[in-house]
Amino acid sequence: MKPNIFVKDKVAIVGAGLTLFRRRLLETPRELAWEAAREALNSAGLTLKDIDCIVVGSAPDAFDGIHMKGEYLADGSGGFNKPLVRVFVGGGTGVMVPAVAWWHVASGLCKTVLAVGEEKMSHAYPHPQGVFAYIWDPILERPLGPNLIWIFALEMRRYMHVCKASKEDIALVSVKNKRNALDHPAAQAAANITVDDVLKSEVLVWPVQLLDISPVSDGAAALVLASESVARRVTDTPVWVEGIGVTTDNTHWFNRDLAYPRYLEYAARMAYKMAGIERPWKEIDVAEPYDPFDYKELHHIEGLMLARRCEAPKLLREGYFDRSGELPTSPSGGLLGVGNPIAAAGVMKVAELFWQLRYEAGARQVKKPVHKAVANAWGDLMQVGTVVVLST
Amino acid sequence: MKPERTPGRYIREEDLRRLPGVIEYKPVARYSYSAGQALSEFLRGLKEGRILGKLCPSCRRVLVPPRVYCEFCFIHTTEWVEVPGTGVVETAVVSYIGTARERLEKPEIIGVIRLDAPGYREGSFDFAGLFHRLCGVTEDDVKSGRVIGMRVRPRWRPPEERRGSMLDIECFEPVQP
Repeated sequence: MKPNIFVKDKVAIVGAGLTLFRRRLLETPRELAWEAAREALNSAGLTLKDIDCIVVGSAPDAFDGIHMKGEYLADGSGGFNKPLVRVFVGGGTGVMVPAVAWWHVASGLCKTVLAVGEEKMSHAYPHPQGVFAYIWDPILERPLGPNLIWIFALEMRRYMHVCKASKEDIALVSVKNKRNALDHPAAQAAANITVDDVLKSEVLVWPVQLLDISPVSDGAAALVLASESVARRVTDTPVWVEGIGVTTDNTHWFNRDLAYPRYLEYAARMAYKMAGIERPWKEIDVAEPYDPFDYKELHHIEGLMLARRCEAPKLLREGYFDRSGELPTSPSGGLLGVGNPIAAAGVMKVAELFWQLRYEAGARQVKKPVHKAVANAWGDLMQVGTVVVLST
Repeated sequence: MKPERTPGRYIREEDLRRLPGVIEYKPVARYSYSAGQALSEFLRGLKEGRILGKLCPSCRRVLVPPRVYCEFCFIHTTEWVEVPGTGVVETAVVSYIGTARERLEKPEIIGVIRLDAPGYREGSFDFAGLFHRLCGVTEDDVKSGRVIGMRVRPRWRPPEERRGSMLDIECFEPVQP
């Protein structure tokens, strides 16, 4: 298959950095952005002088409690006397950040981009859940007094029904990811738990229980992207961004079947086509599917076409997605294990694939040889899919 | 192992309170939303005990909730069509928490209802539907899956209590055979 678009420059990731992920860090959002940006620049052996453009991602302003977060985060992200774009597509933001950084470089506009994702959810109290009340349609939805978990529970229930997946099947994702996170130095929710622990945790909106969900987190993550000529100069092991995909499905989320993430299949097809990937289930070696909830990882494995529809729970049981398995998913520990500072979490997933493809993940390194990888994120009100495909 | 460093200092709730310069702030912002061209009419319909949709002249789908454009064809929807209000439960859940994550005394059952409306193939991915409370079904109906596919219809509030709001429908309840 031939790539379907014209790009002026090939794009590589040449550096990545993270802060700690925790529920409440001392640092301000700006300081978090700076810490992650500094780590990413250092790992690439570059300084801000070498950076042409900045892309910053952060989800709802209401979490940090500072309106116009793009401007607020600008200088902490290196956005000083340079072009800066703030990206926001809800939970999909984290993977949208490298996608947008990609087109800055691929277009020839910038040779180097510093891409930063930041979120500080602990500011809102007693729980940021209250802030979510303002994302609902004021006429159709808010009168019902909804909780954000409702829609995920509705989706999970539909997936369970159509795919005949049990709560036990789904809980295995949480068990796997929290276990994987034990080897991640930034992890907030790493644990050795059992399926039973998940099933005995607090029931929030059945079928969603406390351990089915990723935690509330603060944190930042950053990447340095560069054109081929710069990448070859600064590193011997660039990780190429081979494809990006973005799709928005119908905003009327209760007007479509929630059992299958169509938004993701379309975004993935766009990215795979660009990357020349025809059989993702055979060609992808390692994946970071977006896992804010445990069922979402299965949902997204299917949407990324890494498994047939409704087949992911069975493959999971067989250990297919373990770090030692045939197609390891969320080797980082994902959002369930490492934590979910929304925009930073998606960037963390792409950073993990960067380290995996360079064989730098240490204890987290997957067993099999790796060459091609895919990450996705999902958000807005359930309908946006963002995908990047990487390769060495 | 990468990352080699993960900067950031974890602080507990108690530590936060001891720090200098902690600011508490509660935003005060009030809004009054207009329902717009399509939903104003839809809400007027609810007040009369009717569920109204809009017909796309091109693909012939009846869109519920109505919009002034068909997002599939991106053209103006012209005609108002009343749908019977009956449908099937697409998915349903039991909520034990409220909007701010507080525990509810009495759990609520919420569902997505695929409405009977012209213009969609049987079992199509896209459908006309609403999101509402379900009544007359038990938690066990939700957990066992009995509720999915169940035929339901709106239970209307008495006319004098209707305000032109989604809450003019009290809930969707099973259609007794």
